[in-house]
Amino acid sequence: MARSANHARGRGPRLWCLVMTAALAAGLVFATPACSQPSGVSGEVKRVTIVFARQLRDMAPPLSLLDVPPPDDGIAGARLAISDNNTTGRFLKQEFVLEVVESGDIQDLVAQVNKQVEGGASFIVADASPQAVVALADSLQGRRVLIFNAGSSDDRLREQDCRPNVVHTAPSRAMLADALAQYLVWKQWRRWFLVYGPGPDDEAFAAAVRRAAKRFGARIVEERPFKYEAGSRRADGGHEQIQQQIPSFTQNAPAYDVLVVADEGGQFGEYFPYRSWDARPVVGTQGLAPVSWHPALEQWGATQFQNRFRRLANRPMRTLDYDVWVAVRSIGEAATRAKSAAPADLIEHLKSTDFDLAAFKGRKLTYRAWDGQLRQPILIATAKLPVTVSPQPGFLHQFSELDTLGVDKPESGCSAYLR
Amino acid sequence: MHAFLSAVLIAPVLAAWLLTSTAAAYTVYVTNEKDNTVSLIDSNKLAVIKTVKVGQRPRGVILSKDAKWLLVCASDDNNIQVFDARTMEFVKNLPSGPDPELFVLHPSGNPLYVANEDDNLVTVVDIETDRVVAEIPVGVEPEGMAITPDGKLLVNTSETTNMAHFIDTATNSTIDNVLVDSRPRVAEFTSDGSQLWVSAEIGGTVTVIDPHTRKIIAKIGFEIPGVNQDAIQPVGVRITKDRKRAFVALGPANRVAVIDTATFKVERYLLVGQRVWQLGFTPDEKLLFTTNGSSNDVSVIDVEKLRVTRSIKVGRYPWGVVVAPF
Repeated sequence: MARSANHARGRGPRLWCLVMTAALAAGLVFATPACSQPSGVSGEVKRVTIVFARQLRDMAPPLSLLDVPPPDDGIAGARLAISDNNTTGRFLKQEFVLEVVESGDIQDLVAQVNKQVEGGASFIVADASPQAVVALADSLQGRRVLIFNAGSSDDRLREQDCRPNVVHTAPSRAMLADALAQYLVWKQWRRWFLVYGPGPDDEAFAAAVRRAAKRFGARIVEERPFKYEAGSRRADGGHEQIQQQIPSFTQNAPAYDVLVVADEGGQFGEYFPYRSWDARPVVGTQGLAPVSWHPALEQWGATQFQNRFRRLANRPMRTLDYDVWVAVRSIGEAATRAKSAAPADLIEHLKSTDFDLAAFKGRKLTYRAWDGQLRQPILIATAKLPVTVSPQPGFLHQFSELDTLGVDKPESGCSAYLR
Repeated sequence: MHAFLSAVLIAPVLAAWLLTSTAAAYTVYVTNEKDNTVSLIDSNKLAVIKTVKVGQRPRGVILSKDAKWLLVCASDDNNIQVFDARTMEFVKNLPSGPDPELFVLHPSGNPLYVANEDDNLVTVVDIETDRVVAEIPVGVEPEGMAITPDGKLLVNTSETTNMAHFIDTATNSTIDNVLVDSRPRVAEFTSDGSQLWVSAEIGGTVTVIDPHTRKIIAKIGFEIPGVNQDAIQPVGVRITKDRKRAFVALGPANRVAVIDTATFKVERYLLVGQRVWQLGFTPDEKLLFTTNGSSNDVSVIDVEKLRVTRSIKVGRYPWGVVVAPF
């Protein structure tokens, strides 16, 4: 494994000194900044400001202490991407700067972002609800601004509520459900028992699962809504009642291969593995789950990426960190390729067919022209390890196999992009 | 009678002499990334003759100039291991900086330039005194390493920065950076140093650069009927000494492209094992060995006939390959 964080910190100033030496060699030959003055950047350096906009939301704590989101969830991903962008940027005299704004109130968040835009920012990475993303997009309509939705899987943001100034690095629910469905079908586990929670997000995930079943030839043999009061997460004791509740809830189901849970809030799904009446695997939002990133992925050069993140954040990388990293790196990649820091050039390149990003998924990532959704392989993983990666072998597409995941061009309802 | 006897005595000697004259036997060294071993292959028998335990996650592998030493990047041990190339006895560890992946020797035989994938550095190591001489900051995830035949210009590619960094070996500092396509993996100079070839794994191309002007001379793309464009991921590059042909390993496309260097056109695609990454010629350039990570084997290409003649099972996830002149 990698060096310790202490070691990394220990060599920091020295490395910075070397970085400046390289910047000199790269062309800034007239200046001689001392190594103790790391701010000695030349006036020629072009700056790109990226705003991370986070909507603070009241969410019930997850069932497992292991799943409690860290305070810098997503922000750490942005910081790593800024650092990666700047390592490249120093060779091209480009500098990337991160601004973080956050609020519990959508209008306040919109106002803060607009203030940043007035100040010259053109790229917004949002970790916010679908309503907030739409409000942000509408408030910035006509401005030279591109919003990256890194926090919401909601399909409506890619369909009827899509906006021409929004692209999506978070995978849509349809992509996640399709990715899982392909693996289940490949595995010949075609009979599904669907359990969904009471929230609108749970219902939306269940709808994506039903759509995926139809697309890939699986059958939902039983559906049951799981009604519960979230209540207090912590109670001294508790397994006794759950041990009774889950088996009886799943009793008398028709023959099925897998139990699919739709619990986006993480309020009950984790109770199902090892407790269902029949001995069947649990998949969906819990159990074997489709994800854009996994903290134990080591293929495709991901090891070094995971190490870099751990050194920076002192924790494993979460899916939101990855989705934000992809957004911020997309901006950096566009600046590198367009050889420009002008927002118009970057946005044009990002939306062109010339854009692609290497992002530790074994193939290039691109944005779909019909709804701005990032095309990407989806990992199918347990809590500990990735099990497989979709698209699965045999699911073919005339243009890109990645478009077997999610809403394809002929099905798209995003009229804003067509115009 | 005498004549007959001497013929009998001479025959085996003659046969042995004939054998050695038709094809010199070389030793092929293959690092097995997952097994922590190196497989030794006899290039005449085309069979594994020895398997040796080495450090953790062996990847890049080269020989010292006099071919006495075999140098192996033990990536997870954060060092470079030196073995006696003939006996495979362990000689010593060299410092390498964290996570060494690929390296190149100065044409004089010393120092060694190492890409530290985890630290955005190229480390310069004196292999006689076992000391780090310099650290050169480069882009994110340094990988490919190449040096001109005169040893004056060093090139490193960085996988996330997507650049070929040109480094002056006299000052150990970068003098220029050339942008190539996504995830550059391997850099290789032609034998006269007039061209630099850089493969881009995710970009799916090979860029040919004039090292003097740092201008791009050509960009080579690949198209294989029936193979998804995304699966064409160029990694290993080897160019014949006469500079007539280049061979490019295309990763999960399971093929090696043969390129006419005069026109930069692909002449042929040779089907090899799965996820082909690195390539190694025999010193006479009659054979080319390929490491096929996913199928755990090495394909043997007859360079003259442009045919794949054999596949040899090695350890798990074969990664690097180098051939000794004995």
